[in-house]
Amino acid sequence: MTSSTVADSGAAGPSTGDGPGRRSIGRAVIDAVTTANSWMVTILAILLAFVVGGVIIVLSDPGVLRRFEYFFSRPSDALEAVWESVSGAYSALLRGSILDPEDLREAIAGEEPWTEVFEPLSETLTYATPLILMGLAVALAFRAGMFNIGVEGQAVLGALTAALAGFGLSLPAGLHLVVALLAGIAGGALWGLIPGWLKARTGAHEVITTIMLNYIAGSLLLYLINLDGIHHPERNDAISKPVYDTALLPRLAGDQLRLNLGILIALLAAGGVAWLLQRSTIGFEFRAVGSNPDAARTAGMSVGKTYVLVMAFAGGLAGLGGASVLLGIATSSALTPAIIGGIGFDGITVALLGRARPWGVVLAGLLFGALRAGAPGMQAVADVPVQMVTILQALIVMFIAAPAFVKEVFRLRQSRAGALGQTLAKGWNG
Amino acid sequence: MGWSEGRRILRTGPPRLRRCQSAHCNPSRSGARALWYGGVGGGGPLARAYKENPLKLELRGITKRFGDVVANDHIDLTVEPGEIHALLGENGAGKTTLMNVLYGLLQPDEGEILINGVPRTCNSPREAIAAGIGMVHQHFMLVPVFTVAENVMLGDERIRSRLPFLGFLDRRRARQDVLKVSADYGLEVDPDAIVEDLPVGLQQRVEIIKALRRQADLLILDEPTAVLTPQETDELLAVMRSLKADGKSIVFISHKLREVRAIADRITVIRHGRVIGTTGPETSEDELAAMMVGRAVRLRVEKKPATPGDVVLDIRDLRVVDDRGHRVVDGVNLQVRAGEVLGIAGVQGNGQTELVEAVMGLRPVVSGVISLEGQNLIGRTTKQILRAGVGYVPEDRSHDGVVRDFSVAENLVLDLYDRKPFASGLALRPQEIATSARKRIAEFDVRTSSPDTPVGTLSGGNQQKVIVAREMSRPLKLFVASQPTRGVDVGSTEFIHARIVAERDQGTAVLLVSSELDEVLALADRVAVMYRGKVLDIVTPDAPREHIGLLMAGVTGAAGPDGEAATTPTTATEHTDAAARETDSDEPGDESGGEDTP
Repeated sequence: MTSSTVADSGAAGPSTGDGPGRRSIGRAVIDAVTTANSWMVTILAILLAFVVGGVIIVLSDPGVLRRFEYFFSRPSDALEAVWESVSGAYSALLRGSILDPEDLREAIAGEEPWTEVFEPLSETLTYATPLILMGLAVALAFRAGMFNIGVEGQAVLGALTAALAGFGLSLPAGLHLVVALLAGIAGGALWGLIPGWLKARTGAHEVITTIMLNYIAGSLLLYLINLDGIHHPERNDAISKPVYDTALLPRLAGDQLRLNLGILIALLAAGGVAWLLQRSTIGFEFRAVGSNPDAARTAGMSVGKTYVLVMAFAGGLAGLGGASVLLGIATSSALTPAIIGGIGFDGITVALLGRARPWGVVLAGLLFGALRAGAPGMQAVADVPVQMVTILQALIVMFIAAPAFVKEVFRLRQSRAGALGQTLAKGWNG
Repeated sequence: MGWSEGRRILRTGPPRLRRCQSAHCNPSRSGARALWYGGVGGGGPLARAYKENPLKLELRGITKRFGDVVANDHIDLTVEPGEIHALLGENGAGKTTLMNVLYGLLQPDEGEILINGVPRTCNSPREAIAAGIGMVHQHFMLVPVFTVAENVMLGDERIRSRLPFLGFLDRRRARQDVLKVSADYGLEVDPDAIVEDLPVGLQQRVEIIKALRRQADLLILDEPTAVLTPQETDELLAVMRSLKADGKSIVFISHKLREVRAIADRITVIRHGRVIGTTGPETSEDELAAMMVGRAVRLRVEKKPATPGDVVLDIRDLRVVDDRGHRVVDGVNLQVRAGEVLGIAGVQGNGQTELVEAVMGLRPVVSGVISLEGQNLIGRTTKQILRAGVGYVPEDRSHDGVVRDFSVAENLVLDLYDRKPFASGLALRPQEIATSARKRIAEFDVRTSSPDTPVGTLSGGNQQKVIVAREMSRPLKLFVASQPTRGVDVGSTEFIHARIVAERDQGTAVLLVSSELDEVLALADRVAVMYRGKVLDIVTPDAPREHIGLLMAGVTGAAGPDGEAATTPTTATEHTDAAARETDSDEPGDESGGEDTP
């Protein structure tokens, strides 16, 4: 530790507020996410998360731990158990999210319909759809320097307005879907607009306001579900009327598979966000305000307008994500209090993993979608709880957020594989 | 680390003495110091503790490479004890790299460092500090919310306890240390002040005190004057002289020829990572500039007499407040005509910044009129003002001028991105942006590997050229340039000055604000001197320098310097004195009568 680094890290810590010339904590997080990580670090972080996840799987498996009691008399026994436990869990995860060779063999033999083979992939893509849309909602705001924690609430609003349009109107198929999706976008955009406007007008920090709006959105949903006209008349639990079939997202591969139009909409949205950021004047403003609001203002851009606009866009994406949950995934195609159930918060981690780049978000959304799709199989086959997936997600993001740590681990491995003497000669005083 | 026992005893001196110490906060440090030693009893281990260890530094064949780039190429440098050695070179010449090698932040690929004839390797700043080397970085390493004393003890915290780790921080001793170093070297600063409340000049003092308290015998000052006003610069030079008198060696990194010649004993010029030569301060500015740049440089701006046309910018009775609500522009009247440069001279912080921001629509106006060719500008957005034909080079380049993460090409259209031909509807046209960027880069001699390079990786001078190129790439009625060459190398300065004159000759009205009087005098056709929010006088650039200097200090022809100083509020007297010291060295106090009428 040097004196200058002491002063440096000290300076970075307590500086809060958005005052000109000073980095806020939010901006530091945004910088770390958007610029400090390389793809290499991202991939290594995922790898490292699976390794640590493996350790946790072993530690939570009583069968394996029992073998460790006589480790020194028969180490092969324990190591074998470790390998079986970890590989069993991860292969179950893969079978549930990508392909089960068993099903493939049976399908080729004609004992099973082919839909069984594609079911894991269909599930992965289905789960990925809202994750990608909500990840985009976070990433877009990130690029304009805003930390949008309010995706959850924006998605709730989107689901709510989509539902109102879905069972409140009766329109021909196709048109009804478009109207419901647009209603979802509008609801989310409205919920995003509020914190954007508050920040532009009063300087209220978006992290605080979006978190609070999440609570309000949740309560609003709960209140509205139980209102006459919205509540399902034949049910006693908190559930709304189902939306009409005309408003549902059409399935792409037959009724057996849940894969629906949503994934194409999500990919289209990613392309749209990529174009917006890189090729449009609005995106130019977003990025300029995101990296240097003072220079943007000096160059004649309206920073406040940009904040409002980017939050409306982000909210719209989140609202579309919420609508895609209701119209594509929700079991009875109706509102329930837990309809979004934290996907909005997962969207934040997806955006972090995707380094706030649209196509990165798509890849991250697919990964997290696969984890979700594979989790039930992992529990059923390998007896590893579903929550393991949540732990893996959290570990990935933790390692992403600590690129220096990942690099250090990587370097450590490199030097061990290479020459030990090099490590000793170089020393660790940096 | 590196604390001698004697010094430790010194710190726990008798309390009565400490009070004397703080009472004697006067710049003549010898007095305070004599008192200190006298009080302690003279001689013995205590006096020994503060005696300087003359430090001789030799760098031999230092080479540092970053990939293919050779930042330092076999550099030899010797700094004698008690010498102020200036390291002169353009931005990017390798000065800072060399000093980072010396300070242990970088390891040289080749070569060795000798301290008092003994080869030493410093693997970290901590080791460099232990070897008696202190560094004041260009960007301060201070915790803004800590007090001066807390910052000074940071990284070397002492605790009041007999146990090795437990105990209270010894803040009192930190305070005393600050007071003592302050008094010893004329570095007055309040140890209890919060650092972020201090002006830049004082923050720099805190850095110097930090180094001195750790018993640095060789101080590296990295571009210390880049952020200072002329007055603060003078104060710093005085401090440096006092340090030198005390036997400290100083490496002074700069690219400002005037300062280097004023203070250095020897000057080593570096260009492209190589030592070009070492000379004395008697070398002329032209020669030094030629060594730095590698060719003959015109330091004087060549220009024909102006041919002023109609009034373009008309400012009447303008009042503006700063962020804290203080009225910082107070009834300013200015007219800038087509084809002339109106320079605003003044010590920084006298309302120039806010005046320019008001003109650009970046700051609300309390009252008054700003009009461009008869059209009111007040209430218009910055975008509208830019579109009306105003070009603007902001004062703080990295803060307001460029987006560092953006490419050169993107920065070149930062305020034109949504206009034809760079956009059609909502879509940007990357082809047009790239074509135009290549043209501007060639025309304005921006040194960049490609238009897609992030602007943040360019040198300060090249960043500034990007801004100037952007602002001059459209037809202008008014060009507003604030500190256009601050932190810019000689070559780029020459270029930017020439472009400003060329813009004037095309019939553009130019409003130039600079805290460097030389720059204002070189470029301006008329000079308005601002002091505490008012324009005291408008003079021609060939008016006596002393007269302008006195105006900058708030002394007008109406009253004598003494009378004026008496009526000036106390906060301003320091500036007044400093400015007067700078300018009236020839015939003090005689400027009051008989100069140009206001």
